[in-house]
Amino acid sequence: MKARIKFRKYGVLKFLGHLDVMRFFQKAMRRADIPVAFTSGYSPHMIMSFAQPLGLGITSEAEYLDIELAEPISSADALYRLNQTMADGIDVVSFRQINEDKKSSGMTLVAAAEYLVVPREAEATALREYNSSQPLFSAAFSDGIKAFLAQPEIIVLKKTKRSEKEADIKPMIYDFHLEPYGICLRLAAGSEANLKPDLVMETFLGFIKEEGKKLHYHRRELYAKNLEEGEPEYLSLEALGWEIPSLHYS
Amino acid sequence: MRKLALNDEILLKIEKPARYIGGEVNSVMKDPEKVDIRFAMCFPDVYEIGMSHLGIQILYDMFNRREDVWCERVYSPWVDLDKIMREQQIPLFALESQDPVKDFDFLGITLQYEMCYTNILQVLDLSGIPLHADQRDENDPIVIGGGPCAYNPEPLAEFFDLFYIGEGETVYDQLLDAYQANRQAGGSRKDFLEAACQIEGIYVPSFYETRYNEDGTIAEFCPVNSKAPARIKKQVVVDVTDTVYPEKPLVPYIKVTQDRVVLEVQRGCIRGCRFCQAGMLYRPTRERDVAQLKEYARQMLKSTGHEEISLSSLSTSDYSELKSLVTFLIEEFKGKGINISLPSLRIDAFSLDVMSRIQDVRKSSLTFAPEAGSQRMRNVINKGLTEEDILNGAGQAFEGGWNKVKLYFMLGLPTETEEDMEAIAVLADKVARRYYEIPKEQRIGKCQITASSSFFIPKPFTPFQWAEMLTNEEYIARAAIVKHAFLNQLNKKSLRYNWHDAEVTVLEGVFARGDRHTGKVIEEAYRLGCIYDSWTECFDNEKWMKAFENTGVDIGFYNLRRREEDEIFPWDFIDIGVTKEFLRKEWELAMNAEVTPNCRTQCSGCGAAVWKGGVCVESKN
Ligand code: SF4
Repeated sequence: MKARIKFRKYGVLKFLGHLDVMRFFQKAMRRADIPVAFTSGYSPHMIMSFAQPLGLGITSEAEYLDIELAEPISSADALYRLNQTMADGIDVVSFRQINEDKKSSGMTLVAAAEYLVVPREAEATALREYNSSQPLFSAAFSDGIKAFLAQPEIIVLKKTKRSEKEADIKPMIYDFHLEPYGICLRLAAGSEANLKPDLVMETFLGFIKEEGKKLHYHRRELYAKNLEEGEPEYLSLEALGWEIPSLHYS
Repeated sequence: MRKLALNDEILLKIEKPARYIGGEVNSVMKDPEKVDIRFAMCFPDVYEIGMSHLGIQILYDMFNRREDVWCERVYSPWVDLDKIMREQQIPLFALESQDPVKDFDFLGITLQYEMCYTNILQVLDLSGIPLHADQRDENDPIVIGGGPCAYNPEPLAEFFDLFYIGEGETVYDQLLDAYQANRQAGGSRKDFLEAACQIEGIYVPSFYETRYNEDGTIAEFCPVNSKAPARIKKQVVVDVTDTVYPEKPLVPYIKVTQDRVVLEVQRGCIRGCRFCQAGMLYRPTRERDVAQLKEYARQMLKSTGHEEISLSSLSTSDYSELKSLVTFLIEEFKGKGINISLPSLRIDAFSLDVMSRIQDVRKSSLTFAPEAGSQRMRNVINKGLTEEDILNGAGQAFEGGWNKVKLYFMLGLPTETEEDMEAIAVLADKVARRYYEIPKEQRIGKCQITASSSFFIPKPFTPFQWAEMLTNEEYIARAAIVKHAFLNQLNKKSLRYNWHDAEVTVLEGVFARGDRHTGKVIEEAYRLGCIYDSWTECFDNEKWMKAFENTGVDIGFYNLRRREEDEIFPWDFIDIGVTKEFLRKEWELAMNAEVTPNCRTQCSGCGAAVWKGGVCVESKN
């Protein structure tokens, strides 16, 4: 039986790297007594995979990991037990059953990610209701975005470990607009095409001549393509799972 | 949400920012308004090393059980952050509250090895606390040193307000109570130190003075404050089962050196190897109750979620309930994907059986620590392991499917001859020969015998405390002799030999047995830019040599001299139970290559029986 865990990562734990988050959850599963299945062999490992690593310094309310359960556990029970043993800066939002087949793993499904971008000094408020009378970004930003997206193509220098090459990122920007709480960015994510939010924003800031502005990135959701006809085009990874009911009432 | 001492810009720039954020699972948060004493507990090395230390976890837990105390942790910032903190004048902070260390009541620093001494100065300096105790005022924390190197605190005397000599579980409560009482009475820093020095085990260096002979040796060491006792008695927990143990150890976010639950099964060692300081310092050997250890194992695995548990002690094979404990661990946890690691086990039928159950035989290697190549040399150091033991153990292991063996040796031991050095290679070759005695079809390819040697350093409170060391050049020459001998062995293709650095050995030698004069060298080396000296990438021997030159301290005086029988040592004022007479007798036996039986076979009357505990009472039943 497979389950998907959605968790938030915020506050000081934005400085925790991806590998350390994995270690954290391996230990948390043991503390919470979640019956995770193991690989066989001399050094068995928990069967666990993460959907999409989060860059250092980015906060998130939609991180995902999939696990294989050795025996069933109800969503409510698992959620309660895990949250008893989380740390200041990580908590579990949901625990749902997902399809068994390989294609349904979060890692293969991810197609898009949505971010909220705010000025770095406004990070603390970004997660809560933003109720200042002062807008986070000036109106010039709104016009800037329109002009930015009106370009026929948006060429950037994509740096990989080995080389640098030019690429048009415009097709990978699914959404880019100003909200009362910041800038909303929906970008291609996953193994096929992946666009990092800071690359988009740096290019944009260059375009509107606001280089050097310090920004904070917050991941709002990870999406899979909706394979059914019609709306919506994307579904959150969470929406693909379903609650595991309690087996008995006590 | 907690606020960090470092801003995002810095944290995103430096290596492993999670070293500095605190907030780990099982870390303790308190309301600073509701505690009376703020204690900063420091391990003067990088986070990953410091977090792996059991002693700190024990004290952290013990202090925080007191409602009036909040104990937090401090580690050395790595060199990248060190630089930024100096440039931007950011004061060093404790991980939990992120408050500056300078505002604490106490800064406790654990002294685990000599090569972290410059890091102590780094910690004081970055905290904004004067390096010298006599420059500190009422606003500075009381700086305490403890741990194994506190058994010769003299090189560090100027930098500490007081030292705690011995095991931490005994008089810390008394010390903290005295601090509270002094504060309530409106007493000064000096008043507190005077109260503290009357607590058994507490040494306040500023209350003592050393007079020297013309040749540089000590003429006299005595108190200059009427409240200070002439001798300091080490602190010992007589019944280790009754002491506190951290049932909820801290769980670091990042991978640290010891990323596992550690069960301390006993303190001390019955063996009496003559080079081993821990073996003498922690006498008498005291075992923990096995039923309680099993319970701790269960609780600690549950509270941490660690996937590995390890037993810790000197010579773990001597723990009398080892079989029961190990069998329990395997049966209880192996099926749950928990790794069990058993360092320092003697290789015999039992340990081989256990190891074949807990690890992949083909990938793992066996470890022997004969410490010396020849039997004569092993008698000198009183290492009970014989060639027969090693070859039998290795033989059984080879038949069980192992083909990798590690052998640990020391070079530069007292009375060592060229023959003794070459015997290292000969012994390694004998182990390889034993492997090739197995019929070819039962072997798994070649065997791999790796011998490593470190250079021997005489330590205080050991029978070898009188011994002379060698020069850097001589150490390298001896390693070359061994290397050469390896090339002459029959199975040289299956053998490997490597040796540890000699430059560091020389420095460790000076500070291990140093007096108050050597403190100047540490300070000068720090001023010249030395920190993290135990890290090869940071160690700079040239700067150290410059520091000796600038301060006029002669390495030869500390290292190249065999000390006279009646010489007064800087550490003689500490009473560890084991007497100087016993150590001298052991030195003489060593010179004749005569062995001394272990505590369980026959008591040698070392003096540790004054504690009336552990093996000393058990062997007399
Ligand atoms: S007094 Fe005897 S039994 Fe006790 S530690 Fe010393 S030698 Fe061992």
